[in-house]
Amino acid sequence: MTFEYAPAPESRAIVSIKPKYGHFINGSFVAGKKHFPTINPATEEVLSLISLGGVSDVDKAVAAAQKAYTKSWSKLSGKERGKYLYRIARILQERAREFAVLETLDNGKPIRETRDIDIPLVAAHFFYHAGWADKLDYAGLGHSPKAYGVAGQIIPWNFPLLMLAWKVAPALATGNTVVLKPAETTSLTALLFAEVCQQAQLPDGVVNIVTGDGSTGAAIVNHPGIHKIAFTGSTEVGKKIARAIAATDKKATLELGGKGANIVFDDAPVDEAVEGIVNGIFFNQGHVCCAGSRLILQESIAEEVIEKLKVRMSKIRVGDPLDKNTDLGAINSKEQLVKIKELSAIGDAEGAQRWSPQCNLPDKGFWFAPTIFTGVTQANRIAQEEIFGPVLSVLTFRTPQEAIDKANNTPFGLSAGIWSEKGSRIFWASQHLKAGVIWANTFNKFDPASPFGGYKESGWGREGGKHGLAAYLKNGKETGAK
Amino acid sequence: MTTKKQPRVDVKKTYKLFINGAFARSESGRVFEVTAKNGDFIANPALASRKDLRDAVTAARAAQSGWAKATAYNRGQILYRIAEMLEGRAEQFESEIALTSQITAAKAKAQVTDAIDRWVWYAGWSDKLQAVSGATNPVSGPFFNFSISEPQGVIAIASDVSFIDFIDAIAAAVVSGNTTVVLVPGSLAVPAMTFAEVLATSDLPAGVINILTGSLDELAPWAASHMDIDGFDISGINKKKHGELKVAGAENLKRIHAFSTGQSPTRILAFMESKTVWHSVGV
Repeated sequence: MTFEYAPAPESRAIVSIKPKYGHFINGSFVAGKKHFPTINPATEEVLSLISLGGVSDVDKAVAAAQKAYTKSWSKLSGKERGKYLYRIARILQERAREFAVLETLDNGKPIRETRDIDIPLVAAHFFYHAGWADKLDYAGLGHSPKAYGVAGQIIPWNFPLLMLAWKVAPALATGNTVVLKPAETTSLTALLFAEVCQQAQLPDGVVNIVTGDGSTGAAIVNHPGIHKIAFTGSTEVGKKIARAIAATDKKATLELGGKGANIVFDDAPVDEAVEGIVNGIFFNQGHVCCAGSRLILQESIAEEVIEKLKVRMSKIRVGDPLDKNTDLGAINSKEQLVKIKELSAIGDAEGAQRWSPQCNLPDKGFWFAPTIFTGVTQANRIAQEEIFGPVLSVLTFRTPQEAIDKANNTPFGLSAGIWSEKGSRIFWASQHLKAGVIWANTFNKFDPASPFGGYKESGWGREGGKHGLAAYLKNGKETGAK
Repeated sequence: MTTKKQPRVDVKKTYKLFINGAFARSESGRVFEVTAKNGDFIANPALASRKDLRDAVTAARAAQSGWAKATAYNRGQILYRIAEMLEGRAEQFESEIALTSQITAAKAKAQVTDAIDRWVWYAGWSDKLQAVSGATNPVSGPFFNFSISEPQGVIAIASDVSFIDFIDAIAAAVVSGNTTVVLVPGSLAVPAMTFAEVLATSDLPAGVINILTGSLDELAPWAASHMDIDGFDISGINKKKHGELKVAGAENLKRIHAFSTGQSPTRILAFMESKTVWHSVGV
């Protein structure tokens, strides 16, 4: 006998989406000239029209941010700045359900994740950083560390509002003002956040939001009035930004790609590890820079783990993101779906064995079944390149040293996972893994108090915790330039 | 029979590069001339080539994990040992710096004593960096979460022409467990190679500090684009050229920094990487 889940859709009545949005500049919405549609990737329904920001929009936003910095924000004490952040945190909590539904509609991720993970973490980020605003002297960055002025922030589509929080909360807490560009496909929650800023009576111009595409982002990166760039996105674009600002005094934090290794030793608690593997790669449709996209299994338990993983994967519910039972939602865009399909086809061509559970994907929208590739070798492109989708590459090892060597054999260095019941082995492995975030007997955990960021080509700097403040303060460790 | 006493002909040193703990000539066979203020010939240091740079990077990479794995106490003692060796040869450094640079003998002496004291200062940092830069993070959940700082790997240094800056840059990079390839410009080659002799007698493992003399204009772009160099201290490079080096370094997102002179843990931490580890807590 099998138990079927009845649909349990979350109501979308809680959100009201305007037919068209402008930019949020100097405390109010300003109509844009050109527009592009934003769609629900689960249905391809057009949700609204978003303004395509150009150089003149970015100019206005930077001017507003500069004025706000000199006239109001830099004159406020840390204590008062902090209280604005606390207000924002509280309003976000009050309107959490609205944000969760809107995020799910615009991004395609399951309501279970937006409701239980994204939005609570967003509020937590503002609450955490609010408390730093009047304690910066104690952050280990020297006495009275100073803000840069205007921070230009460019965020991705995988955690739209959460990435906004990771950028905006520390920038404001440290006394900077902000010009932020949300990702092209996921602007709606950032625009709703603008309303939160209004409700919190944040001084005009402290937060400015210019929507648009890559050209809008480039206008922010290249703007002479911006002193600090914070970017989360692909390594390719991160390198472009590094080149674009090379001959300037601009500072940058870059949170880029990854190809996280999830290592399971033979003494691991197998059932827990299987849950961790699933969470590591299928959380948020695998649209996670720190996803555990390479499973590195000790040979002696490989067969057992893969069998259990297949059983567990066949229980993953793929479908309507607004359904509270859904585990795996829609792929965020057609473009991303094409990339996932291309790299998966390359996996087939390179001789790896593909497996997916039987699942009925909806007719409309962008979908990809949870997938694993076994028999993957280190040289395969699916072991080297970020797929950014629900696709897991499985490799095996015999000795612990081999596991480390394979895990580190990548230009990335963002995350890694270790599954073992032996404490000394966990510490040994975590010492040898070249990754900025390591999860031991867990995976994909995030917290505002915990620094996040990568080694090597996964980026520059950290976000979150005490370490994240350094990125927004002049006495921080990125300064001292001649 | 008495012979008239002749003036002694002193024995001059052949200048070489310092790669993997050994003194090697440049594979290029090239040298350049260093003269005293009055134009007198002093030395023909090796003019290092791109191949020498690659060899030095290979040596630095091979030495890196062992140096990082050494205990902080051990690294601290080796850095302190460098101060001891430097102290014993202080006069040689003073005279070489005074002879080859534009500063007075008194200033040269002050630089050398400063350099010795800085090695002592940096030596003491080895086992205190974690206390200053690390954290345990109170995350919301059943996890023990902490952040530590680790060395980035192989750091190239384009040294400023001043001896004290040369010392600052090297000490700041190696104290945490990085290994280095140091590019030394012009007349600094003379005291820099004497410093290599200090290193050779300081219990420092081979390959941890490699010293190449020559032209920064020639070597720095190769270092910036080298894919097995993790960080680059460009304090010795004119700011106008920082842009092109950073563009080249973007290919592997090298950590590229320039510093004004002076002792600061900021310079040490700039070439460290923060690692955060989550441990699940349970019975």
